[in-house]
Amino acid sequence: MSEVEQQQNQSQDQQKPIEISAPSKFIDEITRSKVIVKLYSGEEYHGLLDSIDGYMNITLEETKEFINNKLIKSYGDVFIRGNNVLYISNV
Amino acid sequence: MSESKSEPLDLVRLLLDEKIHVKLRGARELSGKLQAYDSHCNLVLSDAVETIYDTNENNELISRNKTSEILFVRGDSVILVSSPSDE
Repeated sequence: MSEVEQQQNQSQDQQKPIEISAPSKFIDEITRSKVIVKLYSGEEYHGLLDSIDGYMNITLEETKEFINNKLIKSYGDVFIRGNNVLYISNV
Repeated sequence: MSESKSEPLDLVRLLLDEKIHVKLRGARELSGKLQAYDSHCNLVLSDAVETIYDTNENNELISRNKTSEILFVRGDSVILVSSPSDE
C-alpha cells in the first residue's frame, strides 16, 4: 500500500467514526466523575455519574437535589428516567 | 460496550423487594415496597403511600397522603427512583 493510500485510509477511518461517536465519547469520559444533571422541570441533581444508557436513564451516587440553587435533599444512589433529562454537564 | 459496564436499570433491580421512594410528575411522591418493574419503569409497589403536594389559598405548601395495598405505576410518570434509607 502506498503512502498516499494509507493516508486516505487513515483520514476515512478518522473522520466518520469520530463524528458519530462524539457525544457518546463525552459520556464515556465523564462516567465516574462529578456531574450536574438538569431536568426539564428545573431540578438539578449533583452527583457522581455511575451509569447511563441509550435512553439517557442515569444513575448517580452521593446525589444532592437543588431547586433554584437551593439544596433540597440528599440521596445516596438515585435512578433518573431519561425522558426528564435536559442536560448533563461535568463539574 | 467494550467494558462490561453496569446499566442504570441495574440499580432498580437491586431495589426489588426493598422499600423505595419514587418521585413522579405532578408533584407526587410514592413510597412502598418494589414488587416488579420493567424497562419502561412501570412499577408495582405494595403497601404504597402516595404523597401529593399542593398549595392552599394562602400559597402555603400542603401535602396529603393516600395509601394503597398494591399499586401499578405507569413508567412515563416516573422521574426518579431511590431507596428511602438514602435520604
